[in-house]
Amino acid sequence: MTTHPTPAVISHYASGGADVDDATVWAVEAHLEVCAECRALLSGAVDPGTRELLDRVAAGITAGITAGPGPVRRRRLPRTGVAARVLPWLATAAGLMLAAVLFEKTFASLPSLVLLIAPVAPLLPVAAVWSRRLDPAWELTATMPRTGLPLLMRRTLGVLITVVPVLAVAGWGTGHSPGLWLLPALGFTAGALALGTLVGVDRAALALAVAWSAGVVAPSLADGQLPIVLTGSSLPGWALTTVVLTAVLLVRARRRPRHLTRTFR
Amino acid sequence: MMRTVSVAETRPSTHPWAVHAEKLQVKAGRHLAVNELDLTLGTGVHGLLGPNGAGKTTLMRALATVVKPSAGRLTLLGEDVTAGADLRRVRRGLGYLPQHFGFYPRFTVREFVEYLAWLKEMPKTVIPAAVQRAIERVGLADRADSRMKTLSGGMLRRAGIAQAIVNDPEVLLLDEPTVGLDPEQRFDFRELLRDIGLDSCVLVSTHLVEDVAVACTDVVLINDGRLVWQGSADELAQQGGTDDAGDSATERGYSALLRAHRGRVSA
Repeated sequence: MTTHPTPAVISHYASGGADVDDATVWAVEAHLEVCAECRALLSGAVDPGTRELLDRVAAGITAGITAGPGPVRRRRLPRTGVAARVLPWLATAAGLMLAAVLFEKTFASLPSLVLLIAPVAPLLPVAAVWSRRLDPAWELTATMPRTGLPLLMRRTLGVLITVVPVLAVAGWGTGHSPGLWLLPALGFTAGALALGTLVGVDRAALALAVAWSAGVVAPSLADGQLPIVLTGSSLPGWALTTVVLTAVLLVRARRRPRHLTRTFR
Repeated sequence: MMRTVSVAETRPSTHPWAVHAEKLQVKAGRHLAVNELDLTLGTGVHGLLGPNGAGKTTLMRALATVVKPSAGRLTLLGEDVTAGADLRRVRRGLGYLPQHFGFYPRFTVREFVEYLAWLKEMPKTVIPAAVQRAIERVGLADRADSRMKTLSGGMLRRAGIAQAIVNDPEVLLLDEPTVGLDPEQRFDFRELLRDIGLDSCVLVSTHLVEDVAVACTDVVLINDGRLVWQGSADELAQQGGTDDAGDSATERGYSALLRAHRGRVSA
């Protein structure tokens, strides 16, 4: 802290600083910023016209603050384009699972529809998170630096966090072991992403969903019994498949990051 | 507003041109829309002129890294994007307004620009202020919290410009930015262009020759995917004779250059 300037210097400064040199003005200014006592001296030294002007400005600002709009509240969860366009597909997946539960409760003699549909339930929203056709601002989002595997994983994780609880409710409601609905669902999600590095995630997810429906769901509904791949003995197989497919995805994405950004968008 | 200037901003650039294309070929579908184009762009506002189908939009999309060039070399901000450069670093320095500007109808202008600022990997702490500044610069502050589906065409265009400039891009690509703007907004827009062009490379594609004459320091004329002519706006005005088509000196220069080019090609 510097020594306080004399009241005479302060009053010279207040009157415009005509009789004091620049260096003194700067020193006084720097001191005033940190010293409340001298600021009080200064406000006593300014002429009444200036003081009245300052009072008017202060009153005006206070009135403006009280009358004007309040600060805009920031949303806790920022809206993202992907959330907006995936929401309907999440709802569809949830609705599908609910329908499967009702069906299973009504027709107890048929094989469990919940287990048959659970593997492909995350595929619809996963297809929607990285689909060029569903994104109206695709041309813009394709030029963004934030893209590639981290963004894809983030979005897929978001889908799983929403879909898995629905599956859990459905599985619990119909009394199936968690492994039987969780592992196939994770396996198919990893498969869609891994295949997505070749043909695009949306196409890969749809292809897998169609293949599963035609190859497994339809025949087992016709036969009236669950396929062998959805029984307890095939759980290690599902776990292994999931791990292998995830590894394939990571390796492919690391080796050809540009390829990944292009086919995923 | 005070802000800290980072080391990266004051670092001298190591590239002579912000945009450098050599024998660049870009396909639009099967058609070769940009054919062996050589182009260098530095700091300033460049107007990209050309008749319909000249390859303006395809060139813009290649510069914005939407499509990959099929042959030739393209260097953006010193990174050779045709040779597997770090696209992410380049894209952080880009701003792009597409010709057909898609948006999320239920978003407010602020939400939309915020989302794109996030996708542009801007630090979280600077996004709110940068978004507000971008929206103010395009004159949309009073509509910042309206949903985008309630905006008029000109307002949407300005929202698009706001998202393009939100990250203070080093290369700003605007494809037909003045479509739907009324005369007064066009004046403001030209002012904004001049302001941004002081320290970044701005490429404005347009077929309004008057926009180019007023707001651009430099003119790039292309036809059939090739560079026809590059020079200052004043030089363009001097190219035309009294018997060339057009109402202003710039328009006459434009038609004279195009006619001469077509003559050379068919000869």
